[in-house]
Amino acid sequence: MADSQAARPVKDTTLLIAGMGTLSVGTLAFRLCGPLLRERLTFPPWAEKLLETAAVILLAALVATTALTQGHAFVGPSRPAGVLVGGILAWRKAPFLVVVLAAAATTAVLRLLGVP
Amino acid sequence: MGSIYRTIDPRALRSRVSGASALPGSARRDIALALLAVWLIGLSYGAIAVASGFPLWFPAAQSFLVLAGASEFLFIGIVATGGNPIAAALAGLLVNARHLPYGLALPDVLGSGWRRILGAHVMNDESVVFALAQDDPPAKRAAFWACGLGVLICWPGGAIPGALIGTAVRDTSALGLDAMFPAVILALIVPALRDRPTRRTALAGAAIALAATPWLPPGLPVLLALSALLSLISKRPSWWPTRKRPAR
Repeated sequence: MADSQAARPVKDTTLLIAGMGTLSVGTLAFRLCGPLLRERLTFPPWAEKLLETAAVILLAALVATTALTQGHAFVGPSRPAGVLVGGILAWRKAPFLVVVLAAAATTAVLRLLGVP
Repeated sequence: MGSIYRTIDPRALRSRVSGASALPGSARRDIALALLAVWLIGLSYGAIAVASGFPLWFPAAQSFLVLAGASEFLFIGIVATGGNPIAAALAGLLVNARHLPYGLALPDVLGSGWRRILGAHVMNDESVVFALAQDDPPAKRAAFWACGLGVLICWPGGAIPGALIGTAVRDTSALGLDAMFPAVILALIVPALRDRPTRRTALAGAAIALAATPWLPPGLPVLLALSALLSLISKRPSWWPTRKRPAR
């Protein structure tokens, strides 16, 4: 707790609250847009399929970027190795618990061995 | 999952509870485990926020009000390195823009009135992916709400003790917790990836996002991945509408 006093990044609490408010209100607006649009439009089956594929693409891209990168650069091999082990287990229909724990454990063991 | 429902106003959620029976036991177990991962990541989020010099209340309030982990980590990171909080919020919004197409892709799971607002608020990577993974509409609805409300409890529920513990769990990377989030999402999209055209398109999208990451601000590469849909459409998948020849 002591060093939180030493390194306070923002002295202006009002500005911090304004930032948090902008992020939370804007995020809720994004989240409401989709359902509100869907209410007004009816989509044919092919468009439904297209939108569902779009969601899978977004999630796959999210997996790739969070597994492999940190900021703008490669994160180091231990995290993607863990995710890869998890992915292989998931493909072979291993239980979800096994997948997630194996991913974390692989990464942890590699780091213990000094892999970044 | 029953315990999560009971901690919320039971009257308001009665219809959701009846929907929960539509959810197979394996899905409930998977959701519980995803929520455990969310809780653990929340712990590290709260700890990192306080260790970066934020006041205790900040990760607590932000985790509840924003409820989108990646953008919150980004916000903390930008402000901690001297960035303006408004600029950090705009960067976070870029990361969260994916929630708009999520809302379009979801079948009608939200309901109306205040339920729609609450449902929109708990729309996140996990609740969307669990809803998509179910087969019929009642199961989709049950999975979405169980996971969404669970995240609403577990994310701040991790961030608050994490902030209180502060620097004690600073080194979460040693436990490999950062591999959990991508592994959770990957495990959940694997069934959709067994379909070959979807898999090819998703891999192309992931490659586009990775190629763009060094040059674009966070959040944009994931949105750019959607351009992979063009290659899918150009291949005319079986479900794509074919123009019927006019019958004579």
